[in-house]
Amino acid sequence: MRSITVIGLILLGSAAALTQPMPAAPADPAPPPVQPPGLVTAMDTPNDAGNSISVDWRPSPDEAQGLVEGYVVYRSESAEAPESLWTRVGYVPYGLNQSRDQSVPENGMDFFYRVRVVSRLGASAVSQASNPARSSEQWYNSMRTNALIASLLFVAIVVYFITMAQKGQHLFVRRIAGLSAVEEAVGRATEMGRPILFVPGLSSISDVATIAALNILGQVAKKTAEYDTPLLVPNRDPVVYTVAQEVVKEAYSEIGRPDAYNHDSVFYLTDSQMGFASGVDGIMTRERPATNFFMGMFWAESLILAETGAATGAIQIAGTDAIHQLPFFITACDYTLIGEELYAASAYLARDPKLLGTLKGQDWSKALIVLLLVAGLALSLINPGVRGFILNILTVG
Amino acid sequence: MRRQIPLMLVLVLGIFFFIQFFVPSRLSTNIYQVSLQWLILISAFAIVLAIGSLVNHHLLKIKRRREHWPYSYATLAGLVVMSLLGILGRFPGLGLLDEIYYRLYLFVQAPMDAAMFAILAFYMASASYRAFRARSKEALLLLVSGFFIMLGVIPLGALIWDRIPDIAEWIMMVPNMAAKRGILFGVGLGITATSLKIILGIERSWLGGGGK
Repeated sequence: MRSITVIGLILLGSAAALTQPMPAAPADPAPPPVQPPGLVTAMDTPNDAGNSISVDWRPSPDEAQGLVEGYVVYRSESAEAPESLWTRVGYVPYGLNQSRDQSVPENGMDFFYRVRVVSRLGASAVSQASNPARSSEQWYNSMRTNALIASLLFVAIVVYFITMAQKGQHLFVRRIAGLSAVEEAVGRATEMGRPILFVPGLSSISDVATIAALNILGQVAKKTAEYDTPLLVPNRDPVVYTVAQEVVKEAYSEIGRPDAYNHDSVFYLTDSQMGFASGVDGIMTRERPATNFFMGMFWAESLILAETGAATGAIQIAGTDAIHQLPFFITACDYTLIGEELYAASAYLARDPKLLGTLKGQDWSKALIVLLLVAGLALSLINPGVRGFILNILTVG
Repeated sequence: MRRQIPLMLVLVLGIFFFIQFFVPSRLSTNIYQVSLQWLILISAFAIVLAIGSLVNHHLLKIKRRREHWPYSYATLAGLVVMSLLGILGRFPGLGLLDEIYYRLYLFVQAPMDAAMFAILAFYMASASYRAFRARSKEALLLLVSGFFIMLGVIPLGALIWDRIPDIAEWIMMVPNMAAKRGILFGVGLGITATSLKIILGIERSWLGGGGK
């Protein structure tokens, strides 16, 4: 009985409260003002195709207090233009004080910029207009001068050694075990009456490692043509497939055995990475090649291919510049061409003086780089301030 | 003449695109972009030849009754079915075919790819076993390094000795990084030298057999 009375009193109280007029909601207080960014500077973006202006500014003093959320950048044709004629061209979060307007409508025309700071609490304040700036296109990227000098120096060194080689100077090239084994590997396949498998990597023709692989394929195909050993070249990339076919066909023609060329020896498998690995694994287990060459660019499938090949008992020679795949090939293959050896292979196998000249050029350039590294290290140890200067010299824009 | 035209093209375009790298103007970047589109076009033509090769290869296998020849029917059937579904599914009113194409990809091809990828784990174990057999000083060094790296990246390593993760990181960041960078220097120069050899016409193996 008492509980019913209590519930009744509560209900009556609630009803009375509902009939009371609602107090007016307090108006949102205006967010505390925020100070605008300081000096805004605009300038043509250097070393570009034009239609771009770089803007930077001094951050709002309130940024240090953690009140700033970001900055909105506006562009106009006049510093005195009304608010409606300022076009928003960018936004950067706090902590950054520069932006690049890459939508400048016309080169050679003056534009002004303003930066509006936006606080976390919703307040904003706009800066003064910047200096006028006009975009223009450049015909030389001065940030790449170091790359140009290095390239020209490298070309000069290589051309020098090619000239020396053409004059008949003997150029010593160290023995590369993996390449010395090519002849033996082809001979073994011939004796066993089994085919040779050559995989020119899984990358496209725009990868220089693929081109290096095709160069080696040319040399290997010449040997298989000589010994009349069957050659199998599965491909993943359609363009690489067409080039590989031409390379093998021409190699057979050059040896004087165009009739021995089997059109079906160079073929396309699939574009799928794991599908390709599966297909090549199938070929290795069915055809039992005596020698497997894995040359060019490889990814995760490298170990799948090399381990299957090892299980079939084939001699395996791999070569790649993919440093993450090198340990797998070194573990599972008999010989591995590491990095630059892949690029040296064609010259090594062909023994053409001009090609050997380029190898020497590479070696001397490498020596020069090591010398520069040691000099840079010594300089930065003597004077730590030089470090930034050296890094600037080496940065390519 | 058959050799001279490609060599001339490579020489002219090689020098042009070398210079293009240093010229940021609109014209230069536009030409570069167009050349990339041409590459896509050439690839589109090449894919026709590649499919021709695939079909020929398997037809020949069936005709000659080579080992496992019935599987070639599966390959050819896959090629025809997926191509038809992919092409026809784009037409209005034939969305069901597109759906079937999508499901075949999702529930057949993707799991097969994943299964193949998963095999890698077992291959890694067998390859590690071979690599870690301490038969030489280098292999012993590899074994010791591998021991620290493997322990360093799991919580157990830190439990055994709190310096193990630091040792693992040092191995990765100092000797490992130094070796990697050394290889990368060589690779960079190798790529430049190969490009130069091709542009200057010294390397002609890509034309077939390195002919004169």
